[in-house]
Amino acid sequence: MSNILNQIGIENYIFLSVLLFCIGVFGVLYRRNAIIVFMSIEIMLNAVNLLFVAFSTYHQDAEGQVFVFFSMAVAAAEVAVGLAILVSVYRNLGSIDIDNLKNLKG
Amino acid sequence: MDTNLALLLLLSPFIGFLFNVFFGNKISKGIAGVIGTLTVVFSFLLTLCFFSQLLQTGKAIEISLFDWISIGNLKIDFGIVLDQLSLLWLLFVTGIGALIHVYSISYMHDDENMPKFFAYLNLFVFFMITLVIGNNLLVMFIGWEGVGLCSYLLIGFWYKNQAYNDAAKKAFIMNRIGDLGFLIGIFMLASQFSTLNYSEIQTAIATGHVNTTTLGIAALCLFIGATGKSAQLPLYTWLPDAMAGPTPVSALIHAATMVTAGIFMITRMNFLFDLTPEIQNIIAIIGAITALVAASIGLLQNDIKKVLAYSTVSQLGLMFLALGMGAYTIAVFHVITHAFFKACLFLGSGSVIHALHGEQDMRKMGGLRKVMPITFWTMMISTLAIAGIFPFAGFWSKDEILLTAFEHNKVLWVVASIASIMTAFYMFRLMYLTFFRTFRGTEEQKHHLHESPKLITIPLVILAVLAAIGGAINLPGSFWLNHYLEPILTTKHHAHVLGTHEFMLMGVALVGAVIGIVWAYSKYLKQGFVPKEDEAIVGINKVIYNKYYVDEIYTALIVIPINAISNFSRKSIEPQLSKLVFSFGSAANALGTQGKKLQNGNIGLYLFMFVLGICTLIIYLFIAQ
Repeated sequence: MSNILNQIGIENYIFLSVLLFCIGVFGVLYRRNAIIVFMSIEIMLNAVNLLFVAFSTYHQDAEGQVFVFFSMAVAAAEVAVGLAILVSVYRNLGSIDIDNLKNLKG
Repeated sequence: MDTNLALLLLLSPFIGFLFNVFFGNKISKGIAGVIGTLTVVFSFLLTLCFFSQLLQTGKAIEISLFDWISIGNLKIDFGIVLDQLSLLWLLFVTGIGALIHVYSISYMHDDENMPKFFAYLNLFVFFMITLVIGNNLLVMFIGWEGVGLCSYLLIGFWYKNQAYNDAAKKAFIMNRIGDLGFLIGIFMLASQFSTLNYSEIQTAIATGHVNTTTLGIAALCLFIGATGKSAQLPLYTWLPDAMAGPTPVSALIHAATMVTAGIFMITRMNFLFDLTPEIQNIIAIIGAITALVAASIGLLQNDIKKVLAYSTVSQLGLMFLALGMGAYTIAVFHVITHAFFKACLFLGSGSVIHALHGEQDMRKMGGLRKVMPITFWTMMISTLAIAGIFPFAGFWSKDEILLTAFEHNKVLWVVASIASIMTAFYMFRLMYLTFFRTFRGTEEQKHHLHESPKLITIPLVILAVLAAIGGAINLPGSFWLNHYLEPILTTKHHAHVLGTHEFMLMGVALVGAVIGIVWAYSKYLKQGFVPKEDEAIVGINKVIYNKYYVDEIYTALIVIPINAISNFSRKSIEPQLSKLVFSFGSAANALGTQGKKLQNGNIGLYLFMFVLGICTLIIYLFIAQ
C-alpha cells in the first residue's frame, strides 16, 4: 500500500479530494434539481472519505479506514431516507425543483 | 412515658384548633367552645402532673424529639424541656388560659364566628406552650412568632371594623421590629456557640473563653426582641391599640401570657444577661421609664380597657426593672401575681362591657356596684392587689421590686414609686367612675343592666381569690419561689431579711398607694368629678390624654419618610430600572424579527448558508494555524 502512495504522492490525493469536494459544493449551489443536489452531497461525502483513507494509509493507522466504514453506512441510510422524501415530494408537487419547496416554511 | 405525656400536653390545644377549624361550623357554638376549653384544661392537668413530679424529684426533664438542623458543626435539635421555669409558666398559661376559655364560652356566645374564635385561642395556647417548653432558642422563636400571629388574628377578630384591622396590623408590624432583633441575637449566639440549646450555651459560657462584646450585642438584640413582645419603650404603642380585640383576648394574650414572653426569655437567658451589666442597666432604665410613662398616660384615659392596657405596660415596665437589677425571681413573682389580678381586671371590665352592650367609655358608666356585685367585688380585690395594698398579692411582688430598686439605685426607686402611686390612682379612678355614684348612660342601657352569667363570674371569682392570696408563693420568710427557681439561675438572688429598713420601705410603699387612692377618692368619689368631653381637654392634660402624641411622632419620624422614599422610588427610580430591563427584552425581540427573515423556506438559500458556514470554518482554521 505504501508503495502506491509513494508512487503517486499524498498531495495528489488531497488535490483530488478538494476537487471532488468543490464539484459537490458547486453542484449543491447551482443545480435546482433535488436529485442532482443530493448526488452532489454524496460526492462531497466521498471526497472526505477519500481523504480519510489516504491519510489513514499515510499515517499507518487503521482508525481512519474504520471511520470511513461508519461514514458509508450512515450515508447509505441517509440516501434511503433522502430518496424516500424526494419520492414523496414528487408525488405531492409533481416536481423536484428545490425552488418549489418553499411551502416547508413554517 | 414522659415523652408521650409532654407531647400530649403540647399538642392537645393544637388538636382543639384543628377540630374547631375543620368542624367548628358543623357543630353548635356551645360544643365548639366546650371542646376548645377541654383541650386546654387537659393541658393544665398534665402540667399539674409534671409539676407535682418535679416537686417530688426536683429533676428537670429534657427530651430531644429529633435532630432538626445540622449544618457543619451547628446542631439544633427539636427538644422540649420541663424544668422549674417552664413548668411555672405552663401552670399559669394553661390555668388562666382554661379559665378564660370558660369565660369566653359565655362572652362570645352571640358572635357568629365563635368556633373561629376558639380555634385561634387554642392555636395561641399551643404556640405559647411551644414558646415556653422548647429546649433551645429556635423552638422558642417558633412559639414567639406563632403567638404574634395569633395576637394579630385575634386583635383583628372583628374584621369588619377597619380600625380594628389597623390595630392588628400595627401590633404585627411593631412585633416584627422586635422579632428582627431577637432573630439577630439568635444568629449571633449560634455563630458564637454553634448551638442554641440553653444548657449547652450556659456550659459554653461558664467554661470557655467568650467575647463579652459579642455577647453584649447579642443580649441587646434579645432585649430588643423582648421590648417588642412585652410592649416596652419604644415599641409599646401596639399594646393599647391591641384592646380592639375581644376582651378575653386582651385578658389572655395582652395581659397575662403573651406579653410576659419577653420576661420569660430574659429569665431563661439569665446566664447571658448576668455577664453583660451594661445591658442590664439599659433594661432597668427602659423598664423604669416605661413604667412611669405608661402609668402617667393611664391617669387620664377614659376607655376602661385602655386604662388597663397602659396599666399592663406600666407593670411590665416594673418587671423589666426587676430583670435589669438581676432579680429574676422577683420579676417572675410579679409576672405571676400580675397574671392573676390583671386577668381578673380585664375579665371584670369585659363583664361590665357585656352588661352595657359594648360601651367602653367610663364617662358613660357609674353606679354599677349595686347591679353587678360579683363583678364589683372581684375587681375591687384585684384593684387592691395591683395598687399594692397589704396583704393582697400585688403588695408582696411590687414591694420586692421597690426594695431591690432601693438597694440598687435610689433614682430607679423614686421612679418606680411614683409609677406605683399613679397606678393606685388610676385604678381607683377606674373603680370609682365605673361602679360608684349614679349611672350616666342612657335609660335603655340602665334598663338592661344585669349581673353576668355564671360562666363569666366563676372565672372572676377564682382569679380574685388568686389575686388575694397569690402573694403566698413568695412571702418574706419562706421565699418558696426563690428556692424553687434556684436551679435555673446562675447567680443566687439573696432574699431580703426583714429588718427595720425593709419595714420602713414597705410602709413608704403602702403610704404611697394610700395617697394614690385618697387622691382618686377625693377627686372622683367625693367631688363626683367626671372627665370632660374630648374637646374640652386642654393644656398638659390634652398632651397626656393623647398619649404624648407618641403615635403622631412615630408617624412623622418613620412612617412619612418611609412613604416619601417609597413614593420617590416608585415614581423616579423604578421607571428607569424597568426601562433598562425592558430594553433587553425589546433588543432580543428585534434581533429575532430580523433573524426570522433568513428562514424564508428557500432551500437554495439554506444550502448557500450551509456552504458559507463551512467555508468560514475552513478559512478560520487556516488563519488559526
